[in-house]
Amino acid sequence: MHDHAHDNELSDAEARTRALETILVEKGLVDPAAIDAIIETYAEKVGPRTGAQVVARAWTDPDFASALREDATATIAGMGFFGRQAEHMEVVWNGEGVHNLVVCTLCSCYPWAVLGLPPVWYKSPPYRARAVSEPRAVLRDFGVELPEETRVRVWDSTAEVRYLVIPERPAGTEGLDEAALAALVTRESMIGTGLARDPDA
Amino acid sequence: MNGPHDLGGRAGFGPVVVEQDEPVFHADWEGRALGLTLCAGVLGHWNLDASRHARESLPPAFYLSASYYDIWLTALEALLATHGEVSERERASGRMETPGLRPERKLDADAVFAVLSKGGPVDRSGAGPAAFAVGDRVRLRRGLVRGHTRLPSYAMGRTGVVTGIRGFHVYPDSNAHFEGEAPCWLYGVTFTGEELWGSGAEPGTEITIDAFEPYLTHA
Repeated sequence: MHDHAHDNELSDAEARTRALETILVEKGLVDPAAIDAIIETYAEKVGPRTGAQVVARAWTDPDFASALREDATATIAGMGFFGRQAEHMEVVWNGEGVHNLVVCTLCSCYPWAVLGLPPVWYKSPPYRARAVSEPRAVLRDFGVELPEETRVRVWDSTAEVRYLVIPERPAGTEGLDEAALAALVTRESMIGTGLARDPDA
Repeated sequence: MNGPHDLGGRAGFGPVVVEQDEPVFHADWEGRALGLTLCAGVLGHWNLDASRHARESLPPAFYLSASYYDIWLTALEALLATHGEVSERERASGRMETPGLRPERKLDADAVFAVLSKGGPVDRSGAGPAAFAVGDRVRLRRGLVRGHTRLPSYAMGRTGVVTGIRGFHVYPDSNAHFEGEAPCWLYGVTFTGEELWGSGAEPGTEITIDAFEPYLTHA
């Protein structure tokens, strides 16, 4: 049996969290409204739609794409996306015969300011263990079968550099504007465990 | 340290299970635990590397079976106890016994946006010349590391190629133990699947890690 990914457990963690918050507030060390503001930021303001805008612009604006290659951190910050866990950004490009996949084998490093908080599977032992040793098999878990001749490049986020995958632009999207293109960009496609959506699917 | 967190290449965890339409938080306490962790970090008793080290130092059986927010919460309890802010007895009773040490550093709600926007860049000035260049063949350090390190065990002793120079960054192996930021050059180092996994490697794969200069020697 698979014994992880129980992030929906209402164990004693809930009681311990409440106790810790109560004590920290009583000690004047934590403002409960600050916690509310943090939750609101990651639940409502920052998420995969943020990164999707970067990808859509990279697909449509060649100057932006070359700026991303030059200095991803500054270029993404120029769109208003910067800060915690996106201080040092690199973008990696899928293309003919190349597929990129991002992991953090040592913890859960993820570009928060560009993709929001990571999903449970990204933080779970199966993904962290296997993404480096059998990335093609991991991709099959996500329903992605790559051609044998496609090279797979895995990026293990072992320092403070955060990676964003620019997936391939789907065929048949020539007439779409940036907003319509962004709607095709999934979270998985920006981590490398998926591809951008087909516009007709 | 090659603790339970050092997962790259381990077997036996089964398939990756993806939850469709996964919510950002699965329960209210997860968001509160995240918020508490960030708020407590602003008090400045510890740094990001020390908090990672607290998580990887949790008992292996717990680390491998707990949810990620429970790992964060449990490490936060440990850090607050170690740094004298909240004792185990206070947690057990749910009552404050001693006042907070750094209330003047409390993160106010109206400062959250600024703090998250600023983040915590780890690039530093004062760099000397980098010892390695793109294209250099390098061997990764091997051997037991008792403290914090960001060199995954699967790369120890392996030979790769420098494929990027990332910057002059804080050295986690030192910073996690409050021994100074000791900034050094950070490189992208790329390995073939065969170099890491031998005949067990999938064909046509390569793996890049970000490796600090002290991890590397010329190969």
